[in-house]
Order: sequence, then C-alpha cells, then structure tokens
Amino acid sequence: MPIVFQKPHALTDAPLHYCPGCTHGIVHRLVAQAMDQLGIEGRTVGVASVGCSVMCYDYFACDMVQAPHGRAQAVATGLKRARPENLVFTYQGDGDLAAIGTAETVHAATRGENITVIFINNAIYGMTGGQMAPTSLPGQVTQTTPYGRDTDSAGYPVRVCELLSTLDGVAFAQRVTVDSVKNVNIARKAILKAFQNQLEGKGYSIVEVLSTCPTNWGLSPVESLQWLRENMLPYYPLGVYKDVDQGVKKGGGTL
Amino acid sequence: MKVLMKGNEALAEAAIRAGCKHFFGYPITPQTELAAYMSKRMPKIGGTYLQAESEVAAVNMVLGAAAAGVRAMTSSSSPGISLKSEGISYMAGSDLPALIINVQRGGPGLGGIQPSQADYWQATKATGHGDFQILVFAPSTVQEMVDLVSAAFDAADRWRMPAMILADGMLGQMMEPVTLPEEDGKPLPEKDWSASGHQGKREHHIINSLYLTPDKLEDLVVERYQRYEQVKAQEQRAEEYLCQDADLVVVAYGASARVARSAVNQAREQGIKAGLLRPVTLWPFPTGALQKAAGRAKAFLTVEMSMGQMVDDVKLAIDCRVPVHFFGRTGGIIPTPAEVLGEIEKLA
Repeated sequence: MPIVFQKPHALTDAPLHYCPGCTHGIVHRLVAQAMDQLGIEGRTVGVASVGCSVMCYDYFACDMVQAPHGRAQAVATGLKRARPENLVFTYQGDGDLAAIGTAETVHAATRGENITVIFINNAIYGMTGGQMAPTSLPGQVTQTTPYGRDTDSAGYPVRVCELLSTLDGVAFAQRVTVDSVKNVNIARKAILKAFQNQLEGKGYSIVEVLSTCPTNWGLSPVESLQWLRENMLPYYPLGVYKDVDQGVKKGGGTL
Repeated sequence: MKVLMKGNEALAEAAIRAGCKHFFGYPITPQTELAAYMSKRMPKIGGTYLQAESEVAAVNMVLGAAAAGVRAMTSSSSPGISLKSEGISYMAGSDLPALIINVQRGGPGLGGIQPSQADYWQATKATGHGDFQILVFAPSTVQEMVDLVSAAFDAADRWRMPAMILADGMLGQMMEPVTLPEEDGKPLPEKDWSASGHQGKREHHIINSLYLTPDKLEDLVVERYQRYEQVKAQEQRAEEYLCQDADLVVVAYGASARVARSAVNQAREQGIKAGLLRPVTLWPFPTGALQKAAGRAKAFLTVEMSMGQMVDDVKLAIDCRVPVHFFGRTGGIIPTPAEVLGEIEKLA
C-alpha cells in the first residue's frame, strides 16, 4: 500500500510532552517539513530556548543546542558565525524572545544575522504556569495579572513583527497563525521561506506564530482557538511586515 | 624573535595563534586593547570579530561557537565577568570548552579601573550558579600571558570545560618583550560531540544543560567531579623561587607576585630567608607545591590585591600546619615592594 501521509523525517520518534490543544505540535511539524523539503536536516542546527518548547531538542532530528533564557539568538549567532555553511534556527516563546531576550533579538535582527527565527506568541508564560508575558493583551487575566493586565502599571504588549520590521537588517518578518487549515498552509509557506532565505543568504528572517495555551488560558482547545481569533488577531494583525523580495531593500529604502 | 607588546594585545595574538578564530566581546576598561586588536586582525585571517550588544550576549555567542566545535573566546573586566557568569555556568553544564579572559579591575560594583585581584573568589569558586569548576590560569608576565593562552585552550579542550585567564589591569596595560609561538598549523582536536550538523551520518547531537530527573542530573555532576579530580592531579602549576631554604614563603600570583619577588630579593639581601611560591593555576589550586613548602617553612605570607581571598585556599591547602599571614591592598592599589618587605621583616 502506498504511504500517503507520514511524520516528517526531521522529527524524532520521541513523544511530545505538550498539552492537548497546544499548537506547538503543529509548528514543530511545519519546521520539520521545511527541513525535509529543503533537504537540510543534516546541516541544520536548532536552538531550543527556555520555556515550554525547551525540550524540542529531543523532538527535532537535526543537531540541537539549548540556550540560556533569552539568549537563543546570541547562541545562534555563535553557531552561524562558527559554521556559516550550516543552517541555524531558533525556536522561542514570547517571554524568551520579547522580554528577557529583547536585546539579543533586536541586535541579532539589526546585524542581519543570517538565521531563521521561529517565534511562538501565545500571550502568556506557559512553562512556569501562566504569568503575564510581554505579549499578554490589555485586560488579560494571568497568574500575575489577576485583575487583568492594567496598562497603567504593566504597560502594553510588544508587537514584535512591527518592531523588527523597522530594522534595516531584517530580510523577512511575517505573522501567521495555525487556527485553521488555510492558516496552517500560510504558516507552512512562511516558515519554508524563512529557511529558504537563509539558504540564499538573505539575512534575518522571523516568523511569528500566534499560538494557543489552553492550560494556562483556562479554556478548552476549541475555546482557545476562538479566544485567539477574537482577542489576538485584532491586536496582532496577520501578514508580511517586511520582505526584501517584495520591494523593500535590506538596508532600507524601496527597490 | 622578541617583540614588544602590551599584555592585552599579546593575549589576543596568542589566542589567534592557538587557533581561535572567533572572538565575541563588549567594550570595557582595562581590557579594551584586546578587543581592538581582534577587530583589526580577525578580518585579515578570515575569522570573526563581533562586538556584541552586551557581555551577556557575547558569552552566549561564545557558547554557540563552542557548541559548533570551534575555539572561541571572550574577554572582559570584572563587572563584565559578573554578566558573563550565566553563560559560563551553562557552558560548564553543557561540557563546552571556551576561553574567558578577565583583566581585573577594582570592585565591587562599578568599582574603579585600576588593577585588582578581587575576583579570585569569583573565578575559582563562583563563576556562576551550580556545582562546577572552571580552569583558572594566572599569568604574571606578558610572556606568560602568551604561553598560558595556548595552555588554557588545550586544557579546556582536553577536559571539555571553560577556562579563564585571570589577569589584571597592570598586566593588561604593561608592555614587555615577548616571543610569540609560530602557528604550527597542526589540526585542532577533533570534537566529535559538537553540534555541527549530522550530515545524515550519525544520531543528532544535543548540547544541553537541562536534566529534569534528579538522578540523571546527580550522575552527570558526579561524573564531572570525577573529571575534576583528574584535572587536579594533572593540571596544577606553580613556580617556586628561593623556596628551598626559606623560613618564610610568600604566596602571591599575577601582578602581586611581581611585587612580592622584588620584596623577597630585598629580604635576602638583608639575610632574611624568604622565598616566593607563585600559583600559576588558581583552579586547580597548586596544593601539592604548597604542602611541600609547608614541610620546610615556618610561616607563609599571602600577598594579594584584595582584602584576602586566596589566603583561605593557602590555609586549606596546608591544613593550617604553619601560620598563614596576609597582606593586601585593594581598590586598585598595587602594593609596593617596600610595603611587602615591611611585612616580611615583621614576620622574620
């Protein structure tokens, strides 16, 4: 019987530890598919960051390095500068990338490091049990904003793609989500492009994936997708924020 | 052929000649010339000089490059080393070899920019959180800075652990004639554990310091400490100067050892039987040499540019079998030979 569907080669057989309804599994699959499609697993090194996805070093079949909290893009910079012939990607959550790792993120981006960044934005700290994230929405109830995120004291969410798109070193920044088959297909293409860009030496590429955290949102998987659509999509509009292939030169200005 | 070089520049050139082609740094006084030298040389040899956004980022770039299997280094001075402690702990926990240079200045806090040895405890006992050690080398001349850079890289690779050169602002800034080693072109040690791409030929490598099962983590730490026992047995280094018949042995490292040597010479001119024992490795601490000296000497005098840090290790090394005295200046002040001689005279 012909095989019509199977696990990507770039995923190991280790069982994923993620909660039911969490979208990490889908994104892992998309990243692995990109490695398969480009035939790069053997020369790719992934960087796992601190957070729920830290153990993705067991799930991706390429070589993996686990970084200190927030430092994934600094570690990726070292890996890429040491072996430019390899492909290097980071897989980071919002607390890692947009709070403790903001400096590493902004500076890897502005240097135009030729790396691929997969950014999971689920508006909460998952691994530590649901605290406010830099991307938590105004009014969002979390363990550390029990009365809702009060923007007077806790400030406003960080819109990462918008922020990074102002930097000349960024080649590609796109925000996607994985709440439907249509959107998963868009996300798949974005992630593939982010790796393709690195192969072609175009520079820093980031794909922000709006994701769910049913456990810490206190919602069912189905309700979580609905919450994402109703609350996250208006604040974090999907789309391409920067693409050097579409009329914006790296280093600024239009083509 | 001897060339006249500044300590900081000699450290940089020695690292390049030891096969280090990847430097990640952040500006801080008094190590500045090291990074500046790297920024000039690295592009010419196809290496990487990268000025990071912070000390934290720089040390984590070193972590990444070390994980990829190349010789990588960073340099800083005291306040910057505090920021690097996170990355040093992770490298130790991931068994990654790399070189960190500390050109010490006075502390705590922003402290000052003059020479100091107040980071001894940090270097030898607490470069970061968790159970681990790093190799610590303490040069006292510019020539020794050159020689120990290569030794530190070799030892780091051999034992798969971070190594530090603990220098200070005086050594970093002073100029002395040095003989630089030729680049022998020998291939560097193969790192068959590195995250350099499996090429479809092996299982994937994971460079990691996270172990959520206590049994597994304990096993790994215990294994590392067994390795440390071998390091202690094989890597201790110390220089003995006029110790053979000495009643009083001065113990000093780095810049303060230079001062102590002058004081010992002056004491000898007065007929005082003084000697100098100079630890070259601070971890592993040269307990063997100290124990040997404790069998002959009547007393020890530890001289440091701090309020007294290494003195504890001297006492421990000899189980307090003879009195161990201390003299130190701190805050960026270098003790004078006359001051040290005064202490020697008091004890003679």
